[in-house]
Amino acid sequence: MHGLINRAIQSFVCATYGQSCWLRVTEAAGLGFVEFEAMLVYDNDMSTRILHALSADLNRPQAEILEDVGTYLVSHPNTEGLRRLLRFGGVTYVEFLHSLDDLADRVRLAVSDLTLPTLELRELSSTEYQLCCFPGLPGYSSVMVGVLRAMADDYGALVMLSHDGQQGNAEVISVTLVESAFAAGRHFDLGARSG
Amino acid sequence: MMNTEDLAGLLETLCPMFLLVDDTGHIKQAGPTLQKLRPNAPLVGQSFLDVFELIRPRTVTTVPALMSMAGAKLNLKFHDEPRTALKGLVAPLPNGGGAVINLSFGISILDAVRDYALTSADFSGTDLAIELLYLVEAKSAAMEASRSLNLRLQGAMLAAEEQAYTDTLTGLKNRRAMDYMLAHLVSTNSAFALMHLDLDFFKSVNDRLGHAAGDYVLQQAAHIMVEETRSDDTVARVGGDEFVIIFKGMTREETLTAIADRLIARLNEPMTFQRQSCRISASIGTALSIHFDVPNAAGILHAADLALYQAKRDGRSCHCLYSTLSSAQP
Repeated sequence: MHGLINRAIQSFVCATYGQSCWLRVTEAAGLGFVEFEAMLVYDNDMSTRILHALSADLNRPQAEILEDVGTYLVSHPNTEGLRRLLRFGGVTYVEFLHSLDDLADRVRLAVSDLTLPTLELRELSSTEYQLCCFPGLPGYSSVMVGVLRAMADDYGALVMLSHDGQQGNAEVISVTLVESAFAAGRHFDLGARSG
Repeated sequence: MMNTEDLAGLLETLCPMFLLVDDTGHIKQAGPTLQKLRPNAPLVGQSFLDVFELIRPRTVTTVPALMSMAGAKLNLKFHDEPRTALKGLVAPLPNGGGAVINLSFGISILDAVRDYALTSADFSGTDLAIELLYLVEAKSAAMEASRSLNLRLQGAMLAAEEQAYTDTLTGLKNRRAMDYMLAHLVSTNSAFALMHLDLDFFKSVNDRLGHAAGDYVLQQAAHIMVEETRSDDTVARVGGDEFVIIFKGMTREETLTAIADRLIARLNEPMTFQRQSCRISASIGTALSIHFDVPNAAGILHAADLALYQAKRDGRSCHCLYSTLSSAQP
């Protein structure tokens, strides 16, 4: 698993539950170290053990934790750079949804060895969408629910999200746009590069 | 043929940084993004060459010269501040009806979006500007992560080097290892002997035949020292051409003298490096821990040093025991 993904989980745990929680989890997972390097690649098994230990420590299901990771990645000041990169996807929330088709390619442009699963947006009507998450990264659809929810806030859109189960080998998230300009949303200045 | 109005409408959609100039070089229409760069000075009505300075080709200073540049790439700048650099392309209209000049930012786009607070809406849908900005940010973030990893790895590498016990040129132990071994023997009250060996004429080999020959000689000398000692003796290179050999459990001066003589004899044999003969020799001073009431590392090293100086004074290729010096402890 790419270090960036492991690092995202580490950053989330430390910012949300504190350093002591992270130390407990790495210990329980038998990691042998406490800091993931963002630009190295680790055994997939390590990430699995970390999530397992985290779920036991917090007494919460993994899917729920991963949703929170998605929200954290977009809304926390620690990861402002990532929010900006996602905002380049479009001027409106709907444009952003459509840009998710290219997300895996965009990510590869930036970090060539980070491979994310393919996403495919289906437009059922101008307010009803389905996002299909294809296999490759267990739990990715849960993270995406968190990302979609937080990005809706970022754009000031009001949406309803739900897991729609499996279609073929893809996990489906349904997105219902209640109001595209519900609130002001956060400002996005093209020229203001983050940290 | 379409009229100017229709043409301007079309251009506004396709290239929001266009200018429509008449045959006298005066701006008749300006794209909305271009006008956004000069919010307080309407571009329409001004002369193109008054607003922009041509950087390349520099020779273009008149309207007819500008009109003759059809299809060629122009580099230009605003005359006034901020002097944003732009790229341009001139397409003359038929029958001397002026020209369309399309401008773009090129590499200055990074500063331009900041200086002029541009948004996605200021670029045409097919413009790669937004993708470029995305890429710059994404790559910068990735580069920063790699850079911080490199810094940490470099720190770890330095720490590892510092902790190393091996002399990389000869494969012998280094000064650190020797200090460590010596301290260990002293603290455990073990008997041992310490030989300080200095290569004679090494500097002249280095000066005469170069560093490669010098390195070769050091490696050969190290090889000889390892061969002439036991596997649990410590052979260390402690300086450029200085070596220390520690013999654990050694208390017999006769044995040490025999070893020293053998070392000197073998080191005296000429070595051949790239068909060049290199001659060196060695001087050796030896101290035994049993000659000290309370052995300490610095004291024994110093004693071996004194013996080595005596050996050098006796003429090169000599061995001297500290116990034979008049200054030695009783």
